[in-house]
Amino acid sequence: MAFTISRRATLLGLSAIASTSRVRLALANAPTDQRLVVVLLRGALDGMSSVVPYGDANLSSLRPELIPPAPGQSGGVYDLGGFFGLNPALPNIYAMYQAGEALPVHAVAGPYRTRSHFEAQDLLQLGTENTGITSGWLNRVLAELPARTSATELGLSVGIGTPLLLQGPVRIGSYAPDHFTTPSPDLYARIAALNATDPLMGPAIANGLRSQSFDASIMSDDPDTSPGGAKLGGNFAALASQTGRLLAATDGPRIAAFQLEGWDTHGNQMNGLKTPLGGLDTGLMALKNATGSHWNKTMVLVMTEFGRTAAMNGTKGTDHGTATAAFILGGNVNGGKVLATWPGLSRSQLFENRDLAPTLDIRSVAKGALAAHLGLDGAALARVFPGSAQAAPLLGLTRTV
Amino acid sequence: MLRFATRKYNCLGYVIHMNRMAALAEIRFGLGLTPGQPGETDPKSALKAQLQGSDPALASNTFANLPRGVDGIDALRDDAVTRKAMLASGTPLKGNFKPKSRQMFEADVAAQMGWATTTTASFRERLVWFWTNHFTVSIYQNQTAALVGPMIREAIRPYVTGNFTDMVLAVERHPAMLRYLANDASFGPNSRAGLRTHRGLNENLGRECMELHTVGLKAGYSQADVTSMANILTGWSTAPSSQTGDPTGFIYRPFAHEPGAQTVMGQTYTGGEEAGIAALTYLSKYPTTYDLIAGKLATHFISDNPAPLDIAHLAGILRETGGDLGAVSAALVDLPAAWQPLTKLKTPLEYIVSTIRAAPPPPKQPPVNYVGVAAQLGQPIWGAPLPNGWPDVAANWDGSDALLARINWAFGYSGRFEAGADGVQPADIAASSLGPLLKPATNNAMALAGSRREAVTLLFASPEFQRR
Repeated sequence: MAFTISRRATLLGLSAIASTSRVRLALANAPTDQRLVVVLLRGALDGMSSVVPYGDANLSSLRPELIPPAPGQSGGVYDLGGFFGLNPALPNIYAMYQAGEALPVHAVAGPYRTRSHFEAQDLLQLGTENTGITSGWLNRVLAELPARTSATELGLSVGIGTPLLLQGPVRIGSYAPDHFTTPSPDLYARIAALNATDPLMGPAIANGLRSQSFDASIMSDDPDTSPGGAKLGGNFAALASQTGRLLAATDGPRIAAFQLEGWDTHGNQMNGLKTPLGGLDTGLMALKNATGSHWNKTMVLVMTEFGRTAAMNGTKGTDHGTATAAFILGGNVNGGKVLATWPGLSRSQLFENRDLAPTLDIRSVAKGALAAHLGLDGAALARVFPGSAQAAPLLGLTRTV
Repeated sequence: MLRFATRKYNCLGYVIHMNRMAALAEIRFGLGLTPGQPGETDPKSALKAQLQGSDPALASNTFANLPRGVDGIDALRDDAVTRKAMLASGTPLKGNFKPKSRQMFEADVAAQMGWATTTTASFRERLVWFWTNHFTVSIYQNQTAALVGPMIREAIRPYVTGNFTDMVLAVERHPAMLRYLANDASFGPNSRAGLRTHRGLNENLGRECMELHTVGLKAGYSQADVTSMANILTGWSTAPSSQTGDPTGFIYRPFAHEPGAQTVMGQTYTGGEEAGIAALTYLSKYPTTYDLIAGKLATHFISDNPAPLDIAHLAGILRETGGDLGAVSAALVDLPAAWQPLTKLKTPLEYIVSTIRAAPPPPKQPPVNYVGVAAQLGQPIWGAPLPNGWPDVAANWDGSDALLARINWAFGYSGRFEAGADGVQPADIAASSLGPLLKPATNNAMALAGSRREAVTLLFASPEFQRR
């Protein structure tokens, strides 16, 4: 199915904020000129395949059939400084790395130690080690940003369905391509009126409709959205490109979240990772290109709920593990190196004799990114990640603060 | 003023007599009202009557021509051979390769959705859907497209009012599940086949049958328990009809089974196929299993935030009866909360099916493309992205785009009712699908609509039609 032009980033003003003063608006505009994108890789990306520790002598005995060739060989990893190598399916991220715009982080994990996808995905998105919290941490970031008075919301969920990461008290927009003939504006208006007093349907429909004019003005000249243009079906690049354009717009959203699946490689991992990694890589480059001159004000965090076993399992794959790799990308990111305290891969160094041991808390990465990129102070970071005092924000993630 | 606006309830007389409880019963517990369905005078008894006897679709031979699980396994083999031959002969796959397994999937969807949109026992059908989602198998992974339909017919439908243990045992050994969670590729590292081929364990089924299907994380088991469970299940595999007499396509391969005793949650099992049956039986009767499925049932049928006392009551029924799913389903009907106003948001598939039930396609119109529509509305049929299935609370389905996608589809579907003053009228559809639950505001908006199509769209876009 083809993208159609007509719709929509559901981007909507908070009615409660509409009465705020101009002074507040003036203050609001400065920090929210920064763009933040979070890409959740649901299913647990094997960090030792995306960022391969080829310099560790124990690697080859643990997973002999899961290691891409060495740097310089045909189909080999891209060398990241003599110890780590980037998976050959990630050429665009490597180009960003060479430009100093990509910062791989390794041996990172959330504060939880569950190997359940579903529990870990929830906790990663809640930003906590227990489930006493009900809002996603990115929604709490929105609560810390000065609100705006224009008709678009700061936060944007991409694809049908809102990830837990963005659920919470601050209303967010959503964007998904549409394939249907649609009712006339007049019928839409009557449908909105019919639902106006319904607490669930009312705001959602009103928000969806109010965004349409905004959407049309942003999307109308995009060749990729013409009938017969880019395919959707899992096409992260097309969605990322659209999202990049929305983020770049003056009144567009500033924070967006994606969820990508396909990482749960219990079997035939070497081949099985090529397509999802390639899709991720192409999509991130499409996002960068679409943000244009705003790439300097854009930061992308790529994270997954946990890593996978250090050793290969019986089906040339890996099972659920602990520490993994993450990526920070952006025009102003202090990249071109790998950020890691490497725990080693000897049996005694593995977590529970099985997984890459975590040496860095994912909340330290996120907090460091929020501090450097969005200017959140210590008190705000504590509200975004309650109970994370022991996970100090990483410093120096951007070139200039 | 259009004609339909003045023609109240003149077409389907029974709707006048429908009481509020009868409408609630069919919408909360079923898949929505459909014309010709009588307004029950004793809705609770009518719902419980649906829990008696064997699955009505199976009993009526509605699915008699659909394939067995083993036919799906055979089709996968045939597809692989055909594809290889085409590649070898240089025949382009596009346009020429029509996998049997895909055709089987489409036939199964058409039959099972056809049943869902017409049955008068739709509480029973909702239970089938509920348990199918509890034991999620996605057609998008590990080539299970031809197997999910058979699994529902062979391992879900026979047990929705039976004992939970029987359902667990039927599902975990069904080839759909064995392929989806890769148990067919899992080998005991010290089994004869494992030692010879250097293949080993895949924990996927071992983990999810504990975490998602039975005891849940609250049982507090360890990684060692998961590994042992995976070891116990080694050898549970699939085979074509040339190798197995099992109609589902199941086979036990002793050479792949990890030898020796295994301990799971304190229970030790000596090995063999029986070890898996014994371990799954134990897990299926564990107290936290009953808590888990009681919570899911209450969340599905009652509200997004069911009362803990109601969950405890349902779990108690399960404990007392040793996992009688008919008894716990009847207990749901008896909960006072079940007769409160409807608050749950229909999922996209429930919305599609209830819309078709409310207004079946008029004669001589093309069939509804359920596979395409469900995907467009965000819930592809038998295609949940992860083994924990589709979410069951409004927060996952109430995004602006998701709701507008429903409205846009309803607008397209409502076009089927545009023509013909002598056909079904919007007011008839409203009266027979919502009855006393239709709100005056919706009735008024429909009366003022500029066309039949717009009136039907307004009905399907109304807040009360989104609830169940």
